[in-house]
Amino acid sequence: MSSVTIVSWALLGAHAMLAVAMLLAGYRVFMGPRAQDRVLAFDAVYLNAMLQTVLLGIRAGSDVFFEAALLMALLGFVSSSALAKFLMRGEVIE
Amino acid sequence: MISDLPLWAALLVAVLVLGGALLTLLGALGLLRSPTFYSRVHPPTLGGTLGMSGILFASMVYFTVTGKRLSVHEILLVVIVPVVTPITMMLLARAALFRDRRLRRDDEEAYARSRRVADELAQAEEEAARHPEPSGDPTP
Repeated sequence: MSSVTIVSWALLGAHAMLAVAMLLAGYRVFMGPRAQDRVLAFDAVYLNAMLQTVLLGIRAGSDVFFEAALLMALLGFVSSSALAKFLMRGEVIE
Repeated sequence: MISDLPLWAALLVAVLVLGGALLTLLGALGLLRSPTFYSRVHPPTLGGTLGMSGILFASMVYFTVTGKRLSVHEILLVVIVPVVTPITMMLLARAALFRDRRLRRDDEEAYARSRRVADELAQAEEEAARHPEPSGDPTP
């Protein structure tokens, strides 16, 4: 069993686990009883998508995926905190 | 394409990647299974942060070993995400507290209003029972 095979299978398993995690969080996004549950689950979906991008970068062996993941992390933070502010105040910019 | 790398590095990358993905999955499972919002806040925050660290350390090891030079720009994400995730969590928890408090106040107001209406009704009925209306057929 070569080392490339090990890494390849590990990446496949991690992709599958992250996809299941995304599905579970997506269930919360659609079925969450209240708005704050949906925002929280949306943040989790964002994080999982960022991790999938990092894994794709390892699989492709290129650095450009890392920059996409950085952008996704920052956009996820900004959108989640803007939504939290909206839930608290009813408007984002006051 | 996955380039060739020594066995110890492959095992390290595999363990880190699988552990990180498993922790993230556990966080999502906790998000699904916890009963209230305030207990639902914690699992994705903790599991997501730890799992992200594992996967990014795996990426660091992989690119350092295959690129023959130190590659630590993933440190950026390892620093940024644990700093901003608790901020998001606190903002959301405060928003949820505010919304719950407002909901409870609305509930209490509605309850008080319904109690007032019921009291008035009961009082009116009592009044009507004490002074019966003079009806048209006096008993002989």
